[in-house]
Amino acid sequence: MNPARRLGRALFVAWVFLRRDKKAMVGVIILFILLVISAFPSWFTPDDPAAYAYTPGIGLSWAHPLGTTSFGQDVFSQLMAGTRQSVMIALVVGFFCTVLSVAIGITAAYSGGIVDDSLSLFTDVVLVIPTFPLVIVIAAYLKGASFWTVAFVLVITGWSYGARQLRVQALSLRNRDYLLAARARGEASWYVICVELIPPMTSLIVANFLGAALYAIIAASGLQFVGLANVNTEAWGTMLYWAQNNEAFSAGLPLWALAPGIMIAIFGSALALLNYAFDEVSNPALRPVVATRKNKKRAVA
Amino acid sequence: MSGDVLKVENLSRYFRVGGFRSAGTLHATDEVTFSVAPSEIVALVGESGSGKSTIARVLAGLYPPTSGTITFEGERQGKTSSRKVRGRMPMVFQDPFGSINPVLRVGHSLLRSLKLHRPELDKSGRAAEAISLVEKVGLLPGAEVLRRYPHELSGGQRQRLGFAQALASRPSLILADEPVSMLDVSIRIGLLNVMRSLRDDEHVSVLYITHDLASARYVADRMIVLYAGRIVEEGTTEEVIGAPAHPYTRLLMATAPDPRLPLAHDTDVQDLGEPPKVINPGPGCRFAPRCPLAMDQCRLSTPTMVHLSPTQRAACYAIEQP
Amino acid sequence: MTTPILEVRDLKVEYTTPAGPALAVAGVSFDLAPGEFLAIVGESGCGKSTLLYSIAELLTYPAQTVSGSVRFNGVELRSLPAEELRQHRWRDISVVMQSAMNALNPTLSIGAQLADACRAHTDWDDQQIAERSAHVLSMVSIDVAHLKSFPFQLSGGMRQRAMIAMALLLEPQLIIMDEPTSALDVVAQRSLMRQVENLRRELGFAVLFVTHDMSVVSHFSDRLAVMYAGEIVELGGTRDVFDHPRHPYSSGLMDAFPSLVGAPKELLGIPGNPPSLVNPPQGCLFAPRCPFATDECREFRPELITVNGRAVRCHLVNPRSAV
Repeated sequence: MNPARRLGRALFVAWVFLRRDKKAMVGVIILFILLVISAFPSWFTPDDPAAYAYTPGIGLSWAHPLGTTSFGQDVFSQLMAGTRQSVMIALVVGFFCTVLSVAIGITAAYSGGIVDDSLSLFTDVVLVIPTFPLVIVIAAYLKGASFWTVAFVLVITGWSYGARQLRVQALSLRNRDYLLAARARGEASWYVICVELIPPMTSLIVANFLGAALYAIIAASGLQFVGLANVNTEAWGTMLYWAQNNEAFSAGLPLWALAPGIMIAIFGSALALLNYAFDEVSNPALRPVVATRKNKKRAVA
Repeated sequence: MSGDVLKVENLSRYFRVGGFRSAGTLHATDEVTFSVAPSEIVALVGESGSGKSTIARVLAGLYPPTSGTITFEGERQGKTSSRKVRGRMPMVFQDPFGSINPVLRVGHSLLRSLKLHRPELDKSGRAAEAISLVEKVGLLPGAEVLRRYPHELSGGQRQRLGFAQALASRPSLILADEPVSMLDVSIRIGLLNVMRSLRDDEHVSVLYITHDLASARYVADRMIVLYAGRIVEEGTTEEVIGAPAHPYTRLLMATAPDPRLPLAHDTDVQDLGEPPKVINPGPGCRFAPRCPLAMDQCRLSTPTMVHLSPTQRAACYAIEQP
Repeated sequence: MTTPILEVRDLKVEYTTPAGPALAVAGVSFDLAPGEFLAIVGESGCGKSTLLYSIAELLTYPAQTVSGSVRFNGVELRSLPAEELRQHRWRDISVVMQSAMNALNPTLSIGAQLADACRAHTDWDDQQIAERSAHVLSMVSIDVAHLKSFPFQLSGGMRQRAMIAMALLLEPQLIIMDEPTSALDVVAQRSLMRQVENLRRELGFAVLFVTHDMSVVSHFSDRLAVMYAGEIVELGGTRDVFDHPRHPYSSGLMDAFPSLVGAPKELLGIPGNPPSLVNPPQGCLFAPRCPFATDECREFRPELITVNGRAVRCHLVNPRSAV
């Protein structure tokens, strides 16, 4: 089966599965909406998010569904524009954290011996350091961090938890007969790791990714809120920063602060909901029996 | 004997066990010597702890031997076996549910074996050969079976697949580590017949590791009985089954469940013990604590092999030299 | 005729699967006399373990007992409320599972687990518990010192015997055993079976024993039931069924055993696979694999008919027209 059809079939099975699991479905829908917004923000921003053009300090109104800021910016447009930054940081940090966790955790488990001991020690040290204070210290040192700097800081502090989890699971799989069988037929170590060991761990790796993305959005928003990231970008955390600095609540503009907070919460929830659902998609044995034409023919035989 | 596919001499494999304080050496196998001829099925029979699986894994190159030599197809083997040797002496595992990767299709490992060990085949040649291999072990229709996932096959079908995979590399000897123990009794016969056809039609030798004497009798030409890491008896199947010389072999014969044997057969066998864990062993026969014929000499020094016929030998002081 | 301690009538158990309900136990009926040893034999997937757990009222979703009756000493177990059912558990009926390593708690000592079982079902004080625990261990030939041992410190055979000791704590009338010997070596297997037999003679309990390897029970059970695809296809005295199997599946099974005696001969086993339990065949469930199947077999489902103490579910043995 060529790769395109294989991907198509995998997506189809994932879709059938997700249809059955309401939690996962909600998560997927939310994520999908957010992805569309981040890809095409201009569809959703009726007013220019950066322009100080509007009447400042209005609450809910028809023209400005979430009101305007003290500077006269439309809150709703800002919110939509900020989606891209926030989704991006979550996905980018999630991805790199996962890559590091996989590389370090699985290498440690597969190699054993002194390699395992030293990598585990390193992982444990990084794990034990309190993350958020460390993030603040590094970000403050790097002064006025750009997107990539923030991402870098979050990745180097966030990979250790996943590395530990993946190491443990790889250890439990390591002595399964099918890995021994692969070695016994003469496969190289890297092949055994990439093709035989990692695929059965997909569900945990994806769960790791979702967990890291969740960590990223919260930590990044935190950094932005504290003012350690570039405060001139549009991101939910930055909106919180400005809202806080301008005392949005006492100025009678609660939506300015609440809206980005709620968006962060919604995004986080979507990631968490999907996290619950991932096990079955990666393990073919747990997949629902999809009644495709082929299966129907087989049942009769 | 020259021409032997496999010759094992004084093979030992020890493991360090215990922590700092209580370190000891587990003698999993001790000075084991035997050989396998072409187109022959040799059964390694023993209970758990006898060392039979360890021998298989050392031969398969998964552990290096602690001492002793392995000569395969005339060539002395070094500490690790080369890919070529692993192809010529592949292993079939015991657990039909753990020995195949659950997330990959069944044809994957077969095609990989072909790719690694049959470089003369191109992609379509490999595909055709894969189909022919699974059909040889009785999985039909071949092309359809190869596309399935492991959970869509039954235990017996997965074990057949294991043999197909072993065949892919044109082996001269297959190491079969308890291939039928985890299958239902009614399915075992199918697999045992596959082994027989491999010997008769494909001229492949099989080292059949098992604890079940009856299945060993059904397929094997020769039998080697192991106890606590040492060989206690060896001979042709008729000799070992018909006239077992070592007391342990006789115990196995008496306790093997066989509905056709009347129960009275085992009332003279009182033994209820278990094989010992051989950590830091001393000299002496390891079966002595359970042996009805044990003498002082048995506890003092390890018995040497007594040859009862050109093909049968047993390690026991109680046997009279013929 | 003594009252049977166990009467099972037309028991049906279904599994809910994505493809539809699968009938794992398709209407099983039998009686068990006090002190009798009944062995139930069949391939994987024939429903024997499901049957056992249904009788012991231990099934969980997705399996559920959908119809039928299970009477223990005349009391219908299926309609008992949970609290009353608990009274019967362990006191009257106890269970020995397949793998001791899975059934025993690895973090508690044997003594602690025996005490646990005692406390759950009796109001004995510590002294009585200790005495009884020591007594049951000695009944299965385990040194009393092992009360303090953890399961991983015992060998496989000893763990299984510890399970049996636990089952004997309250001297039940019926012990249900689910393949207790399958993880053991030959010598340990034989010694376990001998132990069970001696205890049965001494204490008089009945045994319901499930296995896929009939040679294990061939010298110990009084009666033998052969199960296929959720139904009992043959039931009779053990020696009788072994020496003269009447159902084609039973004789196929007998033939699948290589033997240590007699001339070596080629065995064929039973080709094919068990039928789908979601979409079973219309007629006899064994017909697709049966070398003697006729059109009648494929069309009509045979009943289990008892003739001269032997029950067989086969048109060729008990023709429909004769009924």
